[in-house]
Amino acid sequence: MTTVIVVVSLIGGMAGCGTSTRLRVATTTSLYDTGLWGYLEPMFEEQYNVELDIMYAGTGKALEYGRRGDVDVIVIHSKAHEEKFVAEGYGVMRVPFAYNYFLIVGPAADPAGIKGMSPEDAFKKLMEIGGGSFVSRGDDSGTHSKEKAIWEEAGFDYETVRKAGKWYIESGSGMGPTLMMASEKQAYTLTDMGTFLAYKSKLDLVPIVDKGDILLNVYSVIAINPEKHPKTNIDMANNLISFLTSPEIQEFIGNYGVEEYGMQLFIPCAGAEPE
Amino acid sequence: MAEIWQGFIKAIELIVSLDPEVMEIAGRSLGISITSCLLGSLVCIPLASLIHFHNFPGKRVLINVIQTFFSLPTICVGLFVFVLFSQAGPLGGTNLLFTPTVMVLGQMILITPILLGLTISALSGVDKAILDTAISLGASGFQVAVVVLREARYAVLAAIIMGFGRAISEVGLALMVGGNIRGFTRVLTTAISLETSKGELELSLALGIILIFLALIINTALNRIQQR
Repeated sequence: MTTVIVVVSLIGGMAGCGTSTRLRVATTTSLYDTGLWGYLEPMFEEQYNVELDIMYAGTGKALEYGRRGDVDVIVIHSKAHEEKFVAEGYGVMRVPFAYNYFLIVGPAADPAGIKGMSPEDAFKKLMEIGGGSFVSRGDDSGTHSKEKAIWEEAGFDYETVRKAGKWYIESGSGMGPTLMMASEKQAYTLTDMGTFLAYKSKLDLVPIVDKGDILLNVYSVIAINPEKHPKTNIDMANNLISFLTSPEIQEFIGNYGVEEYGMQLFIPCAGAEPE
Repeated sequence: MAEIWQGFIKAIELIVSLDPEVMEIAGRSLGISITSCLLGSLVCIPLASLIHFHNFPGKRVLINVIQTFFSLPTICVGLFVFVLFSQAGPLGGTNLLFTPTVMVLGQMILITPILLGLTISALSGVDKAILDTAISLGASGFQVAVVVLREARYAVLAAIIMGFGRAISEVGLALMVGGNIRGFTRVLTTAISLETSKGELELSLALGIILIFLALIINTALNRIQQR
């Protein structure tokens, strides 16, 4: 009997949950792994009296959720994808709100000898010697797109890179797990600065290449176009965009992690493309 | 090895301190899986009886198909339910994607083959003499079914336990259709998956131990019913 009551009240509770205002956000794994959302979520919920549902998804998955109208807003970091998404009419507008830099990390011994090179030259050398292992996200995420862009800049067709040999490993998982794998295998990988700093204590990896214009990593927020998906909550999505670009939250983002990691994780850039 | 031991200690700490977030997640896991298992049983046990007590062409094939679906990967059921309930899908209008309700529905689909298949096996195991006696005493079809079900109750309960075990331990479906939203659709298995990806191995192990602990409580309770 008790079981029946428990079950009935549970179903009732679940139905009750469905009626309050919820905003669904699909966010890139790197923003989640750094713990930033853990702080922003309660602040936003309190300010706007809404339940913020945060889905942990790589850029590819977040875009697919957006295209299908299953989320109200997406937060990702892949400019080319984002521009295409908006051009196709799925997103209202691309609003950059913070940036940092990617870096190539690897074992301190630097077996391929690529330390201090430009990202493009470093990739060329990896390909030439085919020795030092490289772990790729391989999941169509923003970081993976950046990696592909660097391979192309270095003059390689990505498909040939994938088939280049055993040294090229596709992890098919988020930034955190990929870093852990690279550390286990003592391999190189491309990572965003935020996730690397957040995981650093668990890793046996050091920064190898951290200079180059191509390494710029811009985070943007895009509301799903209500003309495509009338049921999405565009007003609350716009509230989230105003929230993320507000001076107060921009300052919070800029200071986030400074105390813990002794370094800025994100540089705020409310609404404007960083130079 | 030290990590496993640490995980065990951490699990005890989390249980003893009644960590609010862990309690909430564990409660949700239990709630969703018990609900899906109960609702699934309510549908599947009568349906299985119906299949068992009727002879029709293709019955063997049907049972074969049901048993084949024991091997259904949870992620495939998740994908199916996702496509069904996505805004772009046929049931998108229900707005149920990424809610606990759709997780219950998905788990029901997931465990239906087990509940059906094992209940049919349970009924098949009942001594034919009981069936004949009931019929000779003039029992109606429904009464016969009730008598045989009573006789097979241990094996039917085993089917329910099996279904519950599959429901509470699966992760692919919960992740796919629930979205692992903190405070809303995060359950033990999706939390384990997330914490593992964050490199929090001790916490993940602890959550796994808590899941087993919950399963132990449920199974003990069901076994007590069984022994009555």
